Amino acid sequence: MKPAAFEYHRARSVAGAVGLLTELGDDAKVVAGGQSLVAMMNFRLARPEHLVDITHIDGLSGIRREGDTLRIGALTTHRAVEKAELGDFGVLSRAMRWVGHLPIRTRGTVGGSIAHADATAEWCLLAVLLEARIVAEGPAGRREIPAGEFFLGPFTTALEPDELIVELVFPRPAPRAALTEYADRKGDFALVAAAVDLDADRVVLGGVGPTPVSADCPSSGTSHSRPPVSWADAVAGSLELRDEPGISAHYRRGLVRTLVERACEEASCGC
Amino acid sequence: MIQLMELTVNGERHDLAIEPRRTLVDVLRHDLGLTGTHVGCEHGICGACTVLVDGAPARACLIFAAQVEGAEIRTVESLSPEGELNDLQQCFSEHHGLQCGFCTPGMLMLAEGYLAEEPEPTTEEIREVVASNLCRCTGYQTIVEAIDDCASRRRAAFQEQLAGSRV
Repeated sequence: MKPAAFEYHRARSVAGAVGLLTELGDDAKVVAGGQSLVAMMNFRLARPEHLVDITHIDGLSGIRREGDTLRIGALTTHRAVEKAELGDFGVLSRAMRWVGHLPIRTRGTVGGSIAHADATAEWCLLAVLLEARIVAEGPAGRREIPAGEFFLGPFTTALEPDELIVELVFPRPAPRAALTEYADRKGDFALVAAAVDLDADRVVLGGVGPTPVSADCPSSGTSHSRPPVSWADAVAGSLELRDEPGISAHYRRGLVRTLVERACEEASCGC
Repeated sequence: MIQLMELTVNGERHDLAIEPRRTLVDVLRHDLGLTGTHVGCEHGICGACTVLVDGAPARACLIFAAQVEGAEIRTVESLSPEGELNDLQQCFSEHHGLQCGFCTPGMLMLAEGYLAEEPEPTTEEIREVVASNLCRCTGYQTIVEAIDDCASRRRAAFQEQLAGSRV
């Protein structure tokens, strides 16, 4: 279908975008890569009266390493992260192959994915797993929101309507982390996605709740020996899952167990 | 509300007065008459509308035309400006990489953008890339072969060119 009519506004700066959002209120949506929003507008699931286009703002895209910290601009595309050499943040690049397909990754942005807050989205899982901070700018200036407090429900975040995500800050390298997932066809939304960080003893799952679900695991120690396969059983066993149309709780639990195990293996070899 | 904008498509600049809700694919087809780009699902699943935006393959149904003002857009028409098939199209023809042809413009632009960035893909990588676009006729095998063959020919031509420039 065709989207409903809207008024188009092009922001030239972050302050300009925030000004537009403040002025237009709840009737405005931010559009960046548009890979989720435009599809929803074409279906008329979303009918914003105003669209604030931030893709022409300079300086919002790019990846910057500052000591142990990695900062990723909100307009950075998935493809740019996939192609970047990120060293001990390599889990981010490797995870990108799970984001949709190539033509989606060339347009879709990191900030957009976080703001959209699909509970199976790779960026949402990675942000929670690696304790990223989401930098948002609003009329009162900038604030940093920990990823663990950002995702409130399905497609619902702690972002205020007049705030714009400008950057994602990953505070520490994750040399032994990995993300993997399963969908019936490659590139589809994941039925279950699993991300693990062996150094932080943490597993984050997508597709098992309304937001990314975090599970702490028994310490794996700092050795580079084989990761604890027991994580997979512990995590899968601890989840409360219900039968849903097309996918039973039993099947989903099996997926969780297998994917956590696979992610652990991948994380331990860093491949 | 009508918006004025300027789009660069296949190297040509166009002045347009259109509604902002016009997606790029609708502008290409309805306002510019470039009907080579097809419309399938209109929600980013089928890939029939794939074009190049600044060289990168993208879904023209998931972009509002206003967003790509200033970008270089390329459509399937740019592959054969003189009406003759280019090497990629020739490979699709030789390998029977199409039957009904509906997905072909999208497949061609996907391959064109991908090969420009990755001239030496493995067959497995090509398979993964073309999985983004739906084809209901070929079963994909012939499409993969066509792209693989085109990549080989381009590499060979490049080597020849290098050898020639050394003489």
